[in-house]
Amino acid sequence: MSAVAAPVAGTRPVRGRRRTGLGATGWVSAAVVGLATLVAVVGPLVAPHDPNQADLVQAWIGPGGDHLVGLDVQGRDVLSRILAGARSSMLGPLLIVVICMLVGSLLGLVSAWRGGMVDAGVSAGLDILFAFPGVLLAALTAAVFGAGLWAAVLAMAVAYTPFVARLLRGAMLKERNQPYITALEVQGLGATAICLRHVLPNVFPFMVAQGSILFGYAVLDLAVISYLGIGVQPPDPDWGVMISENQSGILLGYPLPALCAGACIVAVVVAMNLLGERLLERAGKDGGR
Amino acid sequence: MNHPESAPLLEVDRLGLDLLVGGVHRSVLRDVSFSVAQGEAVGLVGESGSGKSMTVRAIDRLLPAGARQRGSIRFDGKDVVSLSGAALRSYRAEVAVVFQDPRVHINPVRRVGDFMTEVLRTNRSVRRRDAGARAVEMLAKVGIPDGERRLDQYPHELSGGLLQRVMIASTLLTAPRLLLADEPTTALDVTTQAEIMGLLDELRSDLGLSILFITHDLDLAAAVCDRTAVMYAGEIVEVRESRLLHDDPLHPYTAALGAARPLLDRTARLVAVPGRPLSALEAPTDGCAFAGRCPYVEPTCTSAAPVLVPADGGAARCVRVEALRGTLGGVPHA
Amino acid sequence: MRIGYLLRRVAMLAVTLLVASFVIFAATYVAPGNPLAALSGGKSLSPEAQTALERRYHLDEPFLAQYWHWLSGAVRGDLGVSIPLHEDVSTLIADRAWITLSLVLYAAVIIVILGIGLGLLAGLRPGWIDSSVLVISSMAAAVPAFVAAIVLIAVFAVSLGWFPTIGTGDGFLGHLEHLTLPAVALALSSVAVVARVTRTAIREEVAREHVQTAISRGIPQHLVVTRHVLRNAAIPITTVTGVTIASLIAISSVVETSFGLNGLGQYLVKSAQGKDIAVVQGISLVLVVAFVLVNLVVDTMYAVLDPRVELGARAA
Repeated sequence: MSAVAAPVAGTRPVRGRRRTGLGATGWVSAAVVGLATLVAVVGPLVAPHDPNQADLVQAWIGPGGDHLVGLDVQGRDVLSRILAGARSSMLGPLLIVVICMLVGSLLGLVSAWRGGMVDAGVSAGLDILFAFPGVLLAALTAAVFGAGLWAAVLAMAVAYTPFVARLLRGAMLKERNQPYITALEVQGLGATAICLRHVLPNVFPFMVAQGSILFGYAVLDLAVISYLGIGVQPPDPDWGVMISENQSGILLGYPLPALCAGACIVAVVVAMNLLGERLLERAGKDGGR
Repeated sequence: MNHPESAPLLEVDRLGLDLLVGGVHRSVLRDVSFSVAQGEAVGLVGESGSGKSMTVRAIDRLLPAGARQRGSIRFDGKDVVSLSGAALRSYRAEVAVVFQDPRVHINPVRRVGDFMTEVLRTNRSVRRRDAGARAVEMLAKVGIPDGERRLDQYPHELSGGLLQRVMIASTLLTAPRLLLADEPTTALDVTTQAEIMGLLDELRSDLGLSILFITHDLDLAAAVCDRTAVMYAGEIVEVRESRLLHDDPLHPYTAALGAARPLLDRTARLVAVPGRPLSALEAPTDGCAFAGRCPYVEPTCTSAAPVLVPADGGAARCVRVEALRGTLGGVPHA
Repeated sequence: MRIGYLLRRVAMLAVTLLVASFVIFAATYVAPGNPLAALSGGKSLSPEAQTALERRYHLDEPFLAQYWHWLSGAVRGDLGVSIPLHEDVSTLIADRAWITLSLVLYAAVIIVILGIGLGLLAGLRPGWIDSSVLVISSMAAAVPAFVAAIVLIAVFAVSLGWFPTIGTGDGFLGHLEHLTLPAVALALSSVAVVARVTRTAIREEVAREHVQTAISRGIPQHLVVTRHVLRNAAIPITTVTGVTIASLIAISSVVETSFGLNGLGQYLVKSAQGKDIAVVQGISLVLVVAFVLVNLVVDTMYAVLDPRVELGARAA
């Protein structure tokens, strides 16, 4: 190859010591996330009871018989509602992450690549967006479009985008300043081709790691919004909704249904966070090598 | 015997040092001995990793946690290793350190005046205004005429060369007897380097300061120092009068260092010593540490650790010192 | 100079608020459905009544004129009228703002004292103190406010009966008693975050070269810690603490809901559910202003603490 192409060495991360496995914590986290995903896919099918079948006479009955975790405020099977609720509790965050990753990486890429006025403009826009806390955006979208999963997803995607865009702009700017990019430009490769074939693949592990951390936060925030009553609407099963429905049980001495849903949320959030941190270590802390 | 003038101010005797590296103690200094007399300038020369900075930190008691030290360090006859509390602090005021990079070694969020007068105000109870006046005086002495203005500035508002002068001036405020200059010019550009070196030399003759000058540049050391010790892989391999080291080295490593000096640009060093420098951590326990890179290596070199052999008013750590005498000076520039 | 930096921040704040107010107004303006429908309770209005009401609420004017009415009113403290409730939005907000304000302030005090305190302890005392702070804070950081709320209610209010579960109480001590659990729930994960950041900042600063310089000059240990380590670590600690406290403004809605507190956050959510557009707009604007103002305070403190402020953007 030509001398110009020589700096390409180091384009790919060296497969050495840094490429160690996930570690015990990482694997446990991955297992928790895998289980939650599996439940999100098949949960409603394997639920032992109809998650929406209410029987007020049986409200707050504890675990026993064919109700492994007992019955909730309206006498519905808690386990079935947890299993069925996994779908909206996991699918919503997935959508949020996908949307804000797509928009964020596009914004990040454009600002990193164009720089100057474009970069300044995008940054200023993001700064303004930062002034809107997620819950506030969720309330606004709920007021405009009516409360529901989709409004909440839209609101959170908008709230997360500035974070993602800023993170990825940094990572891509670092990649853009690598000597091999200059080498490719000298060779006459177009910006789009360089971005798609070189920059994005190199930043991708970083995006996946950040995405999984973000997913954890999205699970939490979406649950919060549903809990507040401006996300998934009862009686649809959802972990956030379940906490809000069964909160009265805590005062009455039946905390189990609310705590179950809370535990599911915390488990997924913590697992996603730990997994993301491990992936981040592997990808190199700041997206480059 | 009572000869205060001739007794060395600083005496380092068979200093050994182990550092905790990844939970294991590893040897970084072995059998380091040298002395600095009152008003004398001594150079300590070596590549990075040779242990010269660790020697300075041992002298100033700035060793990292878990370090194990052997041998003795005496200052003005007193044992340094056993000092603590107020005694240690007043020792540190007598032995001032000029660090390599003033940009990171001066607190960036405090004003220059605050940095300079801090020791006077906290340890010597000098009032702020008096301390400030002395600082301005000292700045003038190191070639900064507008001291009043500088005291109100923050470090980031000063150039590297100015800041190094500030650092030197601040060390002089406590009237130290020994200056440990740890590569004081490495972070500066070439012209500024020369100015700072000139300043140090001047201070030494004006104030009768003793200086231990740490550098990787043999000729820079020779320019200001009476005697120079060359370190390699945690050991002193040669101690001589500085002017002899370049033209008539006794140790092959000294010869190689002398030859490696680039002629025009000191910042971009040529790698003329073949092979990779061995860091102090990697030194072998038996045999000469330089054997792997030495052009004059013989089987005897790797069989036993060489000792410092007195020669020509100095000493060299080489088993072939007699055989090689007079042949090393002519090593051509690479 | 630093004044220039602050002036730029204030200018940016003004622009941010202007754009934010426009977004808030526009978002609710495009909401489908006629705002008068809520008023009439689904019955169809006579054309005369319709016109009269539209005039009264400026609904017959073009969008920008409506925005101007709203914005100029907002600057004077008049946020319009809640159509379903026939009440001034400003009054509705003022009645509830103090709860949110006291809750956030209480939580902020907890964060500053406990978060920074534990962080300092862990940062300056390696060993078992450090390890236990690390372990506890990792766990606490993972507990979201609403889970913390239900656990705190279950343990301290229901099982132990130490604290009241609902309402705001009377008098200062009554408020304090009623707001303690909510404030702890609100502060919990932030305490953990601030403690960890403080610990890291201290550790990084201790390892800095200029601290070594101070030691080598014979400065006594306690002065090295206060004048160099703490002084410099204060920069990231203040920034993170401030930003964390700013984020509480929105999260307080969660805790208000859990504890049945009649604050701004809970009212925002209720109004969003009830599509009371004027109230949603008003509260949104108030919360954004509060959020942005807290951030301005953080920026100001940052500029005061760090003389190098012109050299780069904010650390966090």
